[in-house]
Amino acid sequence: MSFAWAKPYEPKSELGRWFDERLPLPRLVYGAIGGGYPVPRNLNYFWNFGVLSGIFLTIQIVTGIVLAMHYYASSDQAFNSVEHIMRDVNAGWMLRYAHANGASFFFIAVYIHIFRGLFYGSYKAPRELIWMLGLVIYLLMMATAFMGYVLPWGQMSYWGAQVITGFFSAFPLVGEPIRIWLLGGYAPDQAALTRFFSLHYLLPFVIFGVVILHIWSLHIPGSNNPTGVDVKDEADTLPFHPFYTAKDGWFAALFLLIYCAVLFFAPNALGHPDNYIPANPLATPAHIVPEWYFWPFYAILRSCTFNLFWIPAKLWGVLAMFASILLLFFLPWLDRSPVRSGNYRPVFKRFFWILVADVLLLGYIGGAELTPLNTALGQLAAAYYFAHFLIILPLVSKFERPLPLPSSITASVLHGEDEESAPYGLAKSAPAAAH
Amino acid sequence: MVRIIGFFVGIGFVLVMLFSLGSGAISYFNAPPEASVEHLYHKEPRELALASDGPFGRFDRQQVQRGLQVYTEVCSGCHSLKLVAFRDLRELGYSEAEVKKYAADFKTEVPSINPQTGEAATRKGTPADAFPSPYANETAGRAANNNALPPDLSLMTKAREGGAAYVYSLLTGYQNQPAALLKQFPASKTPNGLHYNPYFANLNLAMPPPLTAEGQVSYSDGTKPTVDQMAKDVAAFLVWTAEPKLENRHRAGIAVVIFLLFGTVLGYMAYQNIWASAKRKVALKGPLEPANQAKRSRAKAKAGMPPQG
Repeated sequence: MSFAWAKPYEPKSELGRWFDERLPLPRLVYGAIGGGYPVPRNLNYFWNFGVLSGIFLTIQIVTGIVLAMHYYASSDQAFNSVEHIMRDVNAGWMLRYAHANGASFFFIAVYIHIFRGLFYGSYKAPRELIWMLGLVIYLLMMATAFMGYVLPWGQMSYWGAQVITGFFSAFPLVGEPIRIWLLGGYAPDQAALTRFFSLHYLLPFVIFGVVILHIWSLHIPGSNNPTGVDVKDEADTLPFHPFYTAKDGWFAALFLLIYCAVLFFAPNALGHPDNYIPANPLATPAHIVPEWYFWPFYAILRSCTFNLFWIPAKLWGVLAMFASILLLFFLPWLDRSPVRSGNYRPVFKRFFWILVADVLLLGYIGGAELTPLNTALGQLAAAYYFAHFLIILPLVSKFERPLPLPSSITASVLHGEDEESAPYGLAKSAPAAAH
Repeated sequence: MVRIIGFFVGIGFVLVMLFSLGSGAISYFNAPPEASVEHLYHKEPRELALASDGPFGRFDRQQVQRGLQVYTEVCSGCHSLKLVAFRDLRELGYSEAEVKKYAADFKTEVPSINPQTGEAATRKGTPADAFPSPYANETAGRAANNNALPPDLSLMTKAREGGAAYVYSLLTGYQNQPAALLKQFPASKTPNGLHYNPYFANLNLAMPPPLTAEGQVSYSDGTKPTVDQMAKDVAAFLVWTAEPKLENRHRAGIAVVIFLLFGTVLGYMAYQNIWASAKRKVALKGPLEPANQAKRSRAKAKAGMPPQG
């Protein structure tokens, strides 16, 4: 895989050779995350969050499998079984808090990973499929996280399920039958809980499969880098092991340190108190809010309050919410600038940071109480979100004049910016990629 | 094509958001929303410092034991504690015999069946039982309390914003309705059978003030049983019932954090060591180096850009 100078696997022992001839698994690992995978030498710390996301997927699967051994997916026992885990299962409290906070930190890592891709143009050719597979993972994560939050069958679980499945009823004619079909009833109950549990157990393994595709497609062009300039020769790269294993290793320890500080000292800080009240279909909580990682989308959903073009506001809200994620699939074609890295795109860079502030504001509004001011701010922020991707980005990429690119990764490391590099697709010789 | 379709889709969503904003603004100016009585008079919980706070927090066992006494003598008349078992009290420093006696003496008996007839009956509690509920079922609880079901207290400090501080504030927060409130919102006079409490979300609470007089409970450890003290003690007790494994969590947390600190430092040193050979010594440093500035202006001239900036 990857570059011509990638070192092939050489078994060091007789056993290794024997094994490699029969099942080249060590060869696969060596080529994927070992000394046989050359990586640009100039990656900064934003490139650590892919590996971190993988670590959190593993933590979620391992803790989740053990939790499932003690959990009952029954609408009158689910809440008590979670408390049984917290009180009577050996280290059960640790497993549950690790799983609940693990979801939050998984999303933190993935959000930084996504915004890194947005800034450095990692979605551009030849990495469009990596980007789109990543978005598939993200959608699967959202589904998994939502269904996982329903399982403890607390008040927020129940009413969150009620609200989110209610999205489908916004669609005319088919909506309500689809909602009833999905829930297995008119409201969330035993049928919904059992199927959510089943899917919550299944989807992480689907995610795992798509992660393999994501990494496989990454290994064809290799990693992007902060300059966005293609790798040209061996001097531009370092073998993944030991260089990036060491960098990922210490940074993972640091990130786990923050995660564990929250897990052990403020385990409920990211949750909602109402979820410690057992589900009650007859008492609606004063403020129904999803988990924090859905807040930006929840804000977009709540921003639509006007029936425009005979489409009811609720349907607009649901459409806007779905569109806000689905439009990212078209990003490689919306942003036509051949320069990848935002460091060389002065106008893009400004809008990028406005987008970051905009999404943070949407996140705040999504979790906050709806006052007239909050609603108005949310509507402006939601309008900017769509304008950014669908109107501003295509125009900026058309009219912006990028800065000169370094002639190579090595040259950029040495500050030798006297020779320019061509943006992708414009080089006279083909980039040294693939095969 | 993608960009053209995207442009119109984008315009559509921007329009929806702006029309929503406009219609919201119009209705705001036509009929400004009036401040609600809850919004004006609801109070955030008062500060409460407990021994179990912070990463090194441990339960103050004497205080939690006093809190158990308040629960037993006052709260347990109406409120259940379904998720806690009598055996759990061992963690508060009671001996096996004391727990047995406490379970057997508990004023509500455990539901059971008569072994001869199979009819519903009750028996004395044992350490293996969970705290029995004061009412046989929800209907009985509502019937006895003017249709307001007293909630289970096991998770109370985790199930309310503010936690233990909320419990403490609520128990000590009963008062007469402020005159200003009645003047501004005459319709919000506390109805009969409810009690005004600014720490409660909608200000009027069905529970009558449970802690009313100093000495309502007599403590055996010499602590003065003021209303404030009893409220603090029962709040501390409810922190324990909500999370009996809190001390294990803090202990494990300290060990894990120390371990990961070591891991991070060692990992960082290994990283520096491994990368030492890959980070080249660069003769010319930084963009302000005159030679680099010259290079940059040449590069800019070549790219047709102005030399400044």
